[in-house]
Amino acid sequence: MTAVEERTGTTPGPEKEIGKARRRKEDARLITGKTTWTDNMVLPGMLHLAVVRSPVAHARITHVDVSAVREAPGVIAVFTGSDLAEEQGSLPCAWPVTPEMVNPGHPSIAVDQVNHVGEAVAVIVARSKTAAQDAVELADIDYEPLPVVLDMEEAVADGADLVHDHLESNTSYHFVFDAGEMGTGSDTDQAFADADVVVSRRLIQQRLIPAFMEPRSVVVQPQGDNYTMWSATQIPHILRVMAAMVTGIPEHKLRVVAPDVGGGFGGKLQVNPEEILCLLIARRLGKPVKWTETRSESLMTAHHGRDQIQYVDIAADREGNLKGLRVRLLADMGAYLRLITPGVPALGAFMYPGIYKFPAYRFECDGVFTNKVPTDAYRGAGRPEATFAIERIMDELAVELGMDPLELRRKNWINADEFPFTTVAGLAYDSGDYETATQQALELLGYDELRAEQQRRRESGDRVQLGIGISTFTEMCGLAPSRVLGSLSFGAGGWEHAAIRMLPTGKVEVVTGSTPHGQGHETAWSQLVADSLGVPFEDVEVLHGDTAISSRGLDTYGSRSLVVGGSAVVKAADKVIAKARKIAAHLLEASEDDLDFEAGKFSVRGTPGTGLGIQEIALAIFAAHNYPEGIEPSIDAEATFDPENFSFPHGTHLCAMEVDTETGFVKIRKYACVDDVGTIVNPLIVEGQVHGGLAQGIAQALYEEAVYDADGNLTTGTFVDYLVPSANDLPHFDTGNTVHSAPGNPIGAKGVGEAGCIASTPAVVNAALDAVRHLGVTDIRMPLTPERVWRAIHRGGDGGDRATAGSNAYGGAQTETTAGVSTDASSLGGDR
Amino acid sequence: MTRISVRVDGASYDDDVEPRTLLVHYLREQLGKVGTVVGCDTSNCGACTVHLDGEAVKSCTVLAVQADGAEVTTIEGVAGDGSGNGQLHPMQKAFHEMHGLQCGYCTPGMIMASLDLVKENPDPSEDEVREGIEGNLCRCTGYQNIVRAVQQAAAEMRGSDGNGNGHVAPAEVDTAAAPHVVGQA
Ligand code: FES
Ligand code: FES
Repeated sequence: MTAVEERTGTTPGPEKEIGKARRRKEDARLITGKTTWTDNMVLPGMLHLAVVRSPVAHARITHVDVSAVREAPGVIAVFTGSDLAEEQGSLPCAWPVTPEMVNPGHPSIAVDQVNHVGEAVAVIVARSKTAAQDAVELADIDYEPLPVVLDMEEAVADGADLVHDHLESNTSYHFVFDAGEMGTGSDTDQAFADADVVVSRRLIQQRLIPAFMEPRSVVVQPQGDNYTMWSATQIPHILRVMAAMVTGIPEHKLRVVAPDVGGGFGGKLQVNPEEILCLLIARRLGKPVKWTETRSESLMTAHHGRDQIQYVDIAADREGNLKGLRVRLLADMGAYLRLITPGVPALGAFMYPGIYKFPAYRFECDGVFTNKVPTDAYRGAGRPEATFAIERIMDELAVELGMDPLELRRKNWINADEFPFTTVAGLAYDSGDYETATQQALELLGYDELRAEQQRRRESGDRVQLGIGISTFTEMCGLAPSRVLGSLSFGAGGWEHAAIRMLPTGKVEVVTGSTPHGQGHETAWSQLVADSLGVPFEDVEVLHGDTAISSRGLDTYGSRSLVVGGSAVVKAADKVIAKARKIAAHLLEASEDDLDFEAGKFSVRGTPGTGLGIQEIALAIFAAHNYPEGIEPSIDAEATFDPENFSFPHGTHLCAMEVDTETGFVKIRKYACVDDVGTIVNPLIVEGQVHGGLAQGIAQALYEEAVYDADGNLTTGTFVDYLVPSANDLPHFDTGNTVHSAPGNPIGAKGVGEAGCIASTPAVVNAALDAVRHLGVTDIRMPLTPERVWRAIHRGGDGGDRATAGSNAYGGAQTETTAGVSTDASSLGGDR
Repeated sequence: MTRISVRVDGASYDDDVEPRTLLVHYLREQLGKVGTVVGCDTSNCGACTVHLDGEAVKSCTVLAVQADGAEVTTIEGVAGDGSGNGQLHPMQKAFHEMHGLQCGYCTPGMIMASLDLVKENPDPSEDEVREGIEGNLCRCTGYQNIVRAVQQAAAEMRGSDGNGNGHVAPAEVDTAAAPHVVGQA
């Protein structure tokens, strides 16, 4: 076996992988139906679970009789809350945002009280899924109704009914960030007292549903005292730790696998009740079990997102110089605190000042309990809400000052030569150029022509009016510096781990702790390693999503994968090269310092014709016949990367919107955006992430809302009512990029997963308002349904609720006798 | 139980099914054809789309007994002239080329629906593609690259009288990914 091969001449190195529009490796299995979704899994003797769920939002459970269930054909067992009460513990909340935060605890299965519709009250185990589901209706459970708390403003009023009657109020926490007190800004009250102009708005962030396409699914297999859990999750590593802590199963006896996962968007960043229940029941029965939800179950019980009332005040002088920003939030927690429920609005706290130089800023947030399913992360998590508020209020201020909205922004944004810039919220923005991105976006949109057309339509009183909406945004990504997370009381760090294994044949295994669910890690990580090690893209295999293979990791969320996880891969590759260098020096009989490493090959400087490829070294060190004394015979390496700062992607998003003033129908005429996400590893993937984000952000503006009726029933509980947009509901996107690399990581990437979703929503709403503001419209509540837009145009106000309270569209039958009666409160902006 | 005979992806099956069994459950649970997936319970998402005697159907809206005597093609039987192995179909290739998928959960249904669309309309415009795949939801891609993929596949399929071996004329579809990248740091 000759490990060292003589080579003559210099072979041209492979062209750079970073920046190449590589087609994805993942696709091969996904386009042929050879995918391993959790629900595909079949194990010998596997039993199937169906969950009996509460039909009421708030009640005491007075009587449970499951004897008929037990007798049903195919049923093996049934478990109620009291059967599991002793061992179920509480689902974890990892983010106590204040030391005083009240956490009522979150049982996986209700024992004596239910607090939202859809809460689990019994679990049926049967030989087949159909048998389990057939038995659900045989469960006989009596409920004694309690008053239902749904409206946040009512919930925080004195004497309000309580969601948890053992607590003093419906407020979980009061979180404050005051720039004056923190020393990052001046006194906010003073700034407002001194200002020429103050504009105040109450904005509504409606409740959304992540609606990943693959329903959640869990399989648990017990093997002696070991357990393997497969789950459609974003977070196998976090899930393993948390499930061990909740159930008392020792962590080293629990393996969690996320096989192919069909989307998450934050919705699968959770420790789900059903994951714990599967584990408990598999332990009880000693048999493998599977639970897969229906879409209706998913919409009703998987966590929701957003749902905030934002009171926003902005202060400026007459010339449009910003003086201060004040934000007060009511954030709907739902009935319980899940994994990061309370942290979502707190994460947004730092982003309300956006890209602007505010001298003063104060943020306050109340986390409020209601009898609804808990909220938690949904694409952007806190940052879309913040961006919406600041970009909407900037437009309102522009109107108040009679200024062009772009001029107002330009006057106040951070200039390219001011980076790095520490904002009033204390964040150090890393790099960027808002002016250039904006110029490019204006060109992409064809801004001047559209403005001229808008003028023409306005003057002629055209039935279809045109508006242009602007959103110049930034976000904090790359979650996150572990110490910063610690200072925010988050329960974990934000590092990421990677390992590189050099196989004897020269092939490379890359193990990443960041678990993908559609983002294309296998492709992008291969590109990173191909460049670092100088090996062919095809020779790299990326392993992930199994705690037995990838033992350390913090998974995928917060646009962190490439920024943190990719950086760990690059660092590990550096270590591989450093280890290989010693072997190369030994085999080439040269000093380490005289070796160059390029395109995967070590060569002795000034000695053409010498050279040893890193893939050859992998074989040499596998044989280990000839290597230096005093080192281990391996060039494998691992690395953990903990960023020192967040990264701050930014961009300018522009929407041109047509509004039919007679029907209230809105149509996006053109959408253009230029994003700066730092270094682009794969332009195809970056563009795809922007597209997908845009679709979800636009959907918040135009289509989606989780609506509860007066009894706390989710009336948008199927895809018939919860309007995930189709291809026909969305426009063509014109996207572009500027590139200012992030100084805080070796790749220079800033993160792209959430950009489109964060930036687009206010651009769309601003566009619609720009089209009809001259008709007396000041605000339109999201989503901009034709009904709301029409009402806003014809009756003023903000268009009110999605439908008249009490009507069928609003939520069908109600207990109150006002059904079908339109009142001012219900139709003109009253809140549910 | 009712006895049915079906051909699925080129193989024949005789099975007893419950009268209420949906085709998608028969495919997944009895035949192990798990390439076809379920995304909803109200026939809205199209994730379960297969071809029944050559027509695209949402297999969650068809009873297994209705497929008795029929020919079913799933995503697993699309490549290699129906064997499922070997050369990718131009539609599969185009989804790959155009990055028409991210998580891939909608993809089997999307490809099956798109094949039907292109059969009806071999040269669809962007709007016609958007309308044609309206019954299939994708939460990841924002659809733009799916539209590109369907147009590219249609062009390739036209190019060789439907044999799928032709080459797409580059001008016909907008293949530029991130065309405005101004430079790399
Ligand atoms: S599963 Fe058939 S349409 Fe959704
Ligand atoms: S690719 Fe994920 S749903 Fe379409």
